[in-house]
Formats: sequence, structure tokens, C-alpha cells
Amino acid sequence: MIYFYLALLFWIIAWGINVWISRQKSLKILNIIPPILFGASILLIWEATIFYFSVSPVILPPPSAIFFKLITSVPMLWADFVQTVIKGALSGYIIGCVSAIVVALIVDKFKFLERGLLPIGNFMAAMPIIGIAPILVMWYGYGWQSKSAVVTVMVFFPMLINTVQGMKMSDRIHRDLMLTYNASYIQTLLKLRLSTAMPFIFNGLKISTTLALIGAIVAEFFGSPVRGMGFRISTEAARFALDMVWAEITVAAIAGSFFYGSVVLLEKWFTFWHPSQRGRA
Amino acid sequence: MSKDANRFFPILSIVTLIVLFWYGFSVVLNAPWAYDQAKRQSITLTLPELVNKTWSQKRPKLPTPHQVASEMWDTTVNQKISSKRSLVFHAWITFSETMLGFIMGMGLGIALAIAIVHNRATALSVMPWIITSQTIPILALAPMIIVGLGSAGFSGLLPIAIISMYLSFFPVVVGMVKGLKSPEQLEIDQMKTWSATGPQVLLKLRLPKSMPYLFTSLKLAMAASLVGAIVGELPSGGGGGLGFRMLSGSTFGNTLQIWSGLFSAAILAAALIAIIGFLQKIVLNKMSLEP
Repeated sequence: MIYFYLALLFWIIAWGINVWISRQKSLKILNIIPPILFGASILLIWEATIFYFSVSPVILPPPSAIFFKLITSVPMLWADFVQTVIKGALSGYIIGCVSAIVVALIVDKFKFLERGLLPIGNFMAAMPIIGIAPILVMWYGYGWQSKSAVVTVMVFFPMLINTVQGMKMSDRIHRDLMLTYNASYIQTLLKLRLSTAMPFIFNGLKISTTLALIGAIVAEFFGSPVRGMGFRISTEAARFALDMVWAEITVAAIAGSFFYGSVVLLEKWFTFWHPSQRGRA
Repeated sequence: MSKDANRFFPILSIVTLIVLFWYGFSVVLNAPWAYDQAKRQSITLTLPELVNKTWSQKRPKLPTPHQVASEMWDTTVNQKISSKRSLVFHAWITFSETMLGFIMGMGLGIALAIAIVHNRATALSVMPWIITSQTIPILALAPMIIVGLGSAGFSGLLPIAIISMYLSFFPVVVGMVKGLKSPEQLEIDQMKTWSATGPQVLLKLRLPKSMPYLFTSLKLAMAASLVGAIVGELPSGGGGGLGFRMLSGSTFGNTLQIWSGLFSAAILAAALIAIIGFLQKIVLNKMSLEP
């Protein structure tokens, strides 16, 4: 009882602090605190609600139980992580993104392909491509190869669209300047056009990180060896072992955020010159 | 008009090329099984025979387009709509889940965007979590949400619609925050000189100004919502829907069923997005925001 009200009190105080911080204009460094306080109060209220209303762990386990499960089953979680993220998602991500960039370069070179392929690519990007998962699992078997294939197809179209759009970003005058330098196609590509396309390429790379993890996990619902995050989630959910499911989801969340974060870091490193990056410094 | 004609020929030729490749690949992929069959009957296949056999298998590795088309025709026109074998029946289930999730996601997204634009504390504390929420492969949550809500007494459309909502609210939040912030300082100051209240500024300036952003993000949200519905159906078991149909096709090795489900999903997605595009044209035309 008392814990529930304490949690509510914590939330109100935290909100008050956040409102105070939001009024401070000068101390930018404080901006990191509100999300942390907000997240902490959500966790506390979650824990207290389950404790107070004695919610069955079959419906929603408390955060403490999830954390306990997380630290007691590290080897299993690690094996699942390697199977799904490293073998499935990462390999597919790399193959998909690289091939999309290569196709984008070809599309960019031939206007005919651009007129024909780009509308189809736009159309495909809006399609529920995840539906191809059962087919690819059937073709490539239950191993990580089929997951990699699903991820490749899923990241291909967003990546293609973004890269093609990015390739159009170089100004006419800059391309003319390259011509006056007598630069070859490759030189113009490397020194001008790919650099100006970088913000768009990174946009595609960022969208694709989430798609890659989703693809790898959902593909495992259609069949997988006895490890992998999607496999674990679906089997443990069927056994009502929800603490394990949530532990797996926590790992997925951390992996997803880390994946996304590292692409953002790479972006900062590669596109330091872009206005959107300079503004934030 | 000339622009359309300009694009028509390239698209047509690329589509033709894809269909040709498809027929070619279905020969290559289905050939081992055809050879195997021929070996058992100890006959040798000539090339036309081989092609003919690979294009007419009952459970091909890669069905040809005409097989998929005839399967779709079979399961839509030749079946009663209420029958479990009708694609229309399954598509209707998926459609209702998608729409319910889409409407909930749109509502949540717009509400969050309004709160974020009006309250800096909300923006600071909630926005990072909204972004983080999308780096989580939320579809992984699907089985758990279904099981959890199912044991809490909710079943049917709602659990799946919640997954759709989770996927579809994000584009709406991002688009609407941008849209609600799109009025210039000059316009906001003008509202102030008319001593407009906060809600009035919202209704008469910010919301109308955000319409172009809203429709763009609604298209993304609709596509996301459909994906959520399809994936949500996978662990829910006997409910029905296009995702369920694809899963049962995959369990029983019925490839035609998977492909017809996939194509119906694609057609559904295209139709829903086209409807939003149509609404967008009408609304923006009426508001004379776009020529």
C-alpha cells in the first residue's frame, strides 16, 4: 500500500523536477536528466502497481523479476543474441545495405532504370515485406541463413530509395566544377556525389537497424533451431514464462538501441560538415 | 500527363522483366523436384516438358505468377465469403485489426504531439523514450502482448490492434510535432495580437498548418499498422487473418497459400495507402494548401 503511494509521490516529485529543468534555458547539460527520471518513475510505478494490486506474473511480471531473470540466465541470452543479432540480423543488414547502395549507383547511372525501378522500389518499401519470411524460411532452411535473407530483403528497399535520393543532392555547379577538373566518373562519385549523399545514406542505415532486428526475430517465428531470440520469445510466451520473455525483450531493446546508437555515432563522424550535425555541437 | 507517359514505359518494361525472371527462377527452383519425379518414373525430360512440369506443380518451391493468380481467383471468387477458406474472409479480419490499430495509433500520436508541442517538460522527458521505443524490435513483443491480454480476458481484435497501434503512433508523433511547430513566429504573434487562447491557436492555426505533415505520416502509419496486424496474427492461433493464413501455409508446406496471402496483403496495403492519398488530395485541395 505505502509503496504504491511512495511510487506515485516519486513520480510527482520527478515531474516537478522535470518542469523546473525545462524552464532552465542556460544549462543544456541538465537535459539528460528528464528522460532518466521519467523512465525511473515508470519502472517504480510498474513495480508498485504489480505489488499493490497483486497482478499475476502471467499477465505482467514486475521489473525486479525481469532483472533477476536477466542476470541469472546470461549464457542462454548470449547464445540467443549471437544466433539472432550477430548471425541473422547483422549479416543480412550488411548484405542488404551494400547491395542496395550498389544497385542505387547503377540506377543513378541509367535514367531509364530510375524511372522504372524507383516507383517500384517506393511501392515495395510500403509493402508488408515481412510476409516474405515464411517463403524464405522454406527456401533457406531453419538456420540463420534464412533470417539473414529476410533481413536483406527488408532493408533493401528503404536503403535503395534513400541512396538514390541522396545521389541527387549534389549541386549542378559542383558537378560542373568536377568536370572542369577533368575528373573521371569514379572520382566525381567518390569525392563529390557519395559525400553529399551521406546524410541520406545514413538516414537509410538508421531506419534499417530497427527493420533488421524485427526481420530476424519475426523470421524465427516461422521456424528456427532451438536457440534465437524469436524462438525463445514464442516458446516461453506459450509456457507463460513471461519473465524470460521480458528478459529477452530487454536484451533486444538494448541491442536495438546500441545498434542504432552506433550508426548515429558513425553518422556524426562521417557527416560532421552537415548543418544538422553542426547545429547540435 | 506527359510525365505519366514518361514513366509508364520504363515501369512497364521493368515489371515485364521481373515477371520474366520470375518464370525463369521458378523453372530453376522447381527443377530438382521435377527431375526427381521423372527419375522415379524412369523417363527423361525434354526441355519443354521440364518447363511445363515446373510451372504446374502442386507445391512448387516458387509458384509462377499465373498459379498465384489462379489460386487467388479460386479463393476469392469461388468460395463463400464467410468460409474459412476464403481470402476475403481473412483479408477482412486483417483489415479490421489494421484499421482499429491505425485509428488508436493516430489518436495517441496526435495527442502526444499536442502535449509535446505545448509542454516543454513533456517534450524533454517523453520524446527520448518515444524514439527509444522504436529502436526496440517491438514486433518481438507481439506474442507476449497477445498472451498477456488474452489471459486478462481480452481476445479477438484488440490485442492485435494494440501492436498495430504501437507501430503506427510513431510516424504520427514525429510528423505532427513537426507539423504543429510549422507555423512561423509571425503567425503565432498575429494570433496573440488577436488575444487568441491556447486552444484557439491550436485549432485555428497549428492544426490546419499541420495537415500536409499529417497525411504524409498517416501513409507511413498505415503501412506500419498493417505489418503489425500481420505479425500480431502469427502467435494468436486460430483467429484467422492474412498472417495466420501465411503461417498455416508455411506449416503445411502449402506455398500457393503463402504467396496468395502475401499478394493479398500487398494489395490491401496499396489500397489503404491509396485511400489516404485520395483523402489527402481532397482535403489539401479544399484548404488550398496544394495546387
